[in-house]
Amino acid sequence: MRDTNDIEALIAMMARLPGLGPRSARRAVLHMIRKRALLLSPLAELMTRVARDARECLNCGNIGTQDICEICEDARRATGLLCVVEDVADLWAMERAGVFKGRYHVLGGTLSALDQVGPEELRIPKLQARVESEEITEVILALNATIDGQTTAHYIADQLEGRVTLTSLAQGVPIGGELDYLDEGTISAALNARKAI
Amino acid sequence: MPLRISRLSLSHFRSHFNVVIEMDARPVVLYGPNGAGKTNLIEAVSLFSPGRGMRRASAQDMTRRPEALGWKIDGLVQTPDGLQDISFVSEQGQPRQVKINDKPAPQTRLGELVRVLWLLPSMDRLWIEGAEGRRRFLDRMTLSFFPGHAEASLTYEKAMRERNRLLKDQVRDPIWYKAIEAQMAKSGAQIHANRQQALERILLAQDMASTHFPAAELDLVQTEGEMPDGETELRAALEESRFRDLAAGRTLVGPHRADLYGVFAAKGVPASDSSTGEQKALLISLVLANARALVDDFGSPPIVLLDEVAAHLDASRRAALYDEICALGAQAWMTGTGLELFTELGSRAQYFEVTDAAEGSIVTPINATG
Repeated sequence: MRDTNDIEALIAMMARLPGLGPRSARRAVLHMIRKRALLLSPLAELMTRVARDARECLNCGNIGTQDICEICEDARRATGLLCVVEDVADLWAMERAGVFKGRYHVLGGTLSALDQVGPEELRIPKLQARVESEEITEVILALNATIDGQTTAHYIADQLEGRVTLTSLAQGVPIGGELDYLDEGTISAALNARKAI
Repeated sequence: MPLRISRLSLSHFRSHFNVVIEMDARPVVLYGPNGAGKTNLIEAVSLFSPGRGMRRASAQDMTRRPEALGWKIDGLVQTPDGLQDISFVSEQGQPRQVKINDKPAPQTRLGELVRVLWLLPSMDRLWIEGAEGRRRFLDRMTLSFFPGHAEASLTYEKAMRERNRLLKDQVRDPIWYKAIEAQMAKSGAQIHANRQQALERILLAQDMASTHFPAAELDLVQTEGEMPDGETELRAALEESRFRDLAAGRTLVGPHRADLYGVFAAKGVPASDSSTGEQKALLISLVLANARALVDDFGSPPIVLLDEVAAHLDASRRAALYDEICALGAQAWMTGTGLELFTELGSRAQYFEVTDAAEGSIVTPINATG
């Protein structure tokens, strides 16, 4: 009986994960139990290790298992380029694309007076320090196109103005996108950011 | 093809349990006793434009009680872009979700497809009450010309809330203010420009028309000080105002301080000093001018909602209003307590009797030809 309760508890816990509901959690747990040696045990061991070792990189805010993450440790990535993102998920998304060869700085959110999130809570002082210590020449502001994201971008741009080249990601037509389906704001941004072929 | 709703179904919406009505392009008359559910019906139509509808109610308030299950509105809408199936669902107090042709869509998309204007009895005191009501009236007219006005207003309000919070908390970080003010200036200048252009178009449409309703002279003013004219100027004004704003704990300059000043042109008397009937006539005149201007801009007159308008007009004014609406070709939705208020419309309109019953409002099509 106790075993069943643990399994149910595992299903309930899995169902709390983003992207999973009760039914998909149940299916995943059943699948893992059937593949105990191949999946469940290694997964349990990995989760134990990650729970023990996972931490924020002291330099950039990325999540890894060392005090300084692999990207910050990698000397080849000291290109003078620093990409500022809101969240670790954004950093990982950029890394999936595999085209950016510089380093990152994770803010851990955006400025929001209403949510009591100020510059001190956002690792902005650390960003300023890094610009000096890592001889950064260009800061790429890869922040979301929300009001808070843009307020934060303006804030950082003001702080770093005159010290480095400041750029932001282009906004416009997504790859594979059709103009007919885009909103006016996106079309207008795309038109403003047009380039010669 | 003029904008019109050809089929409307309501489920658990306010007093309506389950109602389906079908309409042609003619004006729609809803008549019946007080409390029967006429205004609830046109409130449902008002939701086809972005925002919280003509009563500015929450989705929770719109749910039928005591069930409180949530509600659904479904409309088949003929737009200049073709026939659209537009539906709204609110599940148990949740905000309404919009679907256009079965696909989820943002509310702002509604503004591109459908234009809705309205006049309600609560607006009778518009010219004499606070500036907020007039600003809202102006913004509704502006939105009908510029669908992007909704987005600019949301951005401005959100950024201003952020700034006001900093002011209230007495935060003194100038760079933080500057970052927020940059966004306020961009959206604020857009709001101001949209309002100015909307007013120009309405005044032009008013000048061009021959109408039985009085003309208004309109001016966009500020309740205090002056509105800077462009983005750079507004940015500078916000920066300059910081000290004063810190003392007040809120933002004192910007388009949120705008007001619509109206003058009864024929007499040169401010609208606020005109008689009650004249004030109402001015509002009708503006709504009609707005509708006429939209025929050129949007390719169709808007849907016009006139709640209990007929009751406040004498027979000749009523006849003039009906003539103008019919000439416009607008699908106007009008409510009144009795059929006699719409005699002058005759067969130019379609009629529905709305009655109250224990199981919910009943809407019955009536073959009335005056």
